[in-house]
Amino acid sequence: MDKKHLEEGILQLILKAETEIPSDVISALKQAYRVETGAAKIQLETMLANVEMARKKRCPMCQDTGILTFFVNIGTNFRATGILKQTIEQAVARATREIPLRPNIVNPMTRTNHGDNLGSYLPHILWDFEPGDLVHITTLPKGSGSENMSALGMLSPSIGLEGVKQFVVDVVKKAGGKPCPPIIVGVGIGGSADLAMNLGKRALLRPVGIHHTEKPIAYLEQELLDIINKTGIGPMGLGGKVTALDVHVEVAHRHPASLPVGVVIQCWADRRASMVVHSDGSWEVK
Amino acid sequence: MNLPVSSEILKKLRVNDVLYVTGKIFTARDSAHMKMRGMKPKELPFDPSAMGLYHCGPLMKSENGRWIAVSAGPTTSSRMEEFEDILLNRFGFHLIIGKGGMGERTEKALKKTGSVYTAFPGGVGVLAAEKIIHVFQVYWLEELGMPEAVWILEVKEFGPLVVAMDSYGQSLYRRS
Repeated sequence: MDKKHLEEGILQLILKAETEIPSDVISALKQAYRVETGAAKIQLETMLANVEMARKKRCPMCQDTGILTFFVNIGTNFRATGILKQTIEQAVARATREIPLRPNIVNPMTRTNHGDNLGSYLPHILWDFEPGDLVHITTLPKGSGSENMSALGMLSPSIGLEGVKQFVVDVVKKAGGKPCPPIIVGVGIGGSADLAMNLGKRALLRPVGIHHTEKPIAYLEQELLDIINKTGIGPMGLGGKVTALDVHVEVAHRHPASLPVGVVIQCWADRRASMVVHSDGSWEVK
Repeated sequence: MNLPVSSEILKKLRVNDVLYVTGKIFTARDSAHMKMRGMKPKELPFDPSAMGLYHCGPLMKSENGRWIAVSAGPTTSSRMEEFEDILLNRFGFHLIIGKGGMGERTEKALKKTGSVYTAFPGGVGVLAAEKIIHVFQVYWLEELGMPEAVWILEVKEFGPLVVAMDSYGQSLYRRS
């Protein structure tokens, strides 16, 4: 497998994620623009103009190009697994120089910045397997403005679903205008502390406007969305009808004595892109 | 509207007003705020009093020795809440550009100094960079790094800025 060719593919993946937001998010922003008035409408109009400008100029739409998380699903018959991690890292360093990305990664002890967006455990890569001989890679660059508003609740199971809803809505209310609303809310319910947060983040990979396939979960998503949009926080916290574009819930089974709820807030600039790598090393960014 | 803004104009500004500003601004995030908190106006290598303050950690690139803004939207202002009243009182700037709003301490300082806080939509980095027509200078780049350094910028019709906290104690972020 040609490592340089794969590196180029991952670079194109990062470029696409940083400069274009998916069509499902654009549609939701346009819908929000139609229903808002005043200062809220001005925010959405400016956001949409920026989306267009970023795409045309191939410049990162937000200066906070984020921390990059990669979700990698490896086909069990894919042969070149050994080069994936290093190639992703090299592509991140190259993207930082060439796109460019803002050097965001600092040492937590000394605050030193190596300038290449690489560091201990970063970029964050989440590995999984799938049948076949392909590799599917999705990247989610996420800025700190929204990530800082994420929260974990280790709730008491007796609190039930009502308590879960209250927790999610409280997190959103506390965040107010800080995570750049209209937001997308990813919620992970169940599992362990780390699994709930992981599911909350994975929930963000589902396109805006698509509910969970299981009806009770889809119902919970809609219910949460309605409550959140009644808070009046609005675009950029200046007041308005649309505080969230969508709420996505993913669930894991849990210990009878614990009810973890992970809430991961995503900003309106919901950047993500995917690619497929074939067994011969060819790739397509979608 | 040209920077610096006269006190007569500042007095007229009310929440929900929309502005486009032209002139000099300086960027400062938490690290720069922390440094400025420990300094007197005379000790600063730049004079903030005639400029607007922009809560921003820009993505810049250097081309042939010249700095160019690539993407430069606002950063979350609430991180600066613990410093801003001190800086407003000490350094004499009267216009803040940020996102997400600030708290009671800043609200009081805005009232006391006759200043305003304006909101620019977060994530709107490319459009903001388009309005930055010149990079005058950068301070503390080595020490603080690109996002945290103080960038002195010339902007033309930078906006739309929504007056979100005015000098009369009104705030669009207060929700009962």
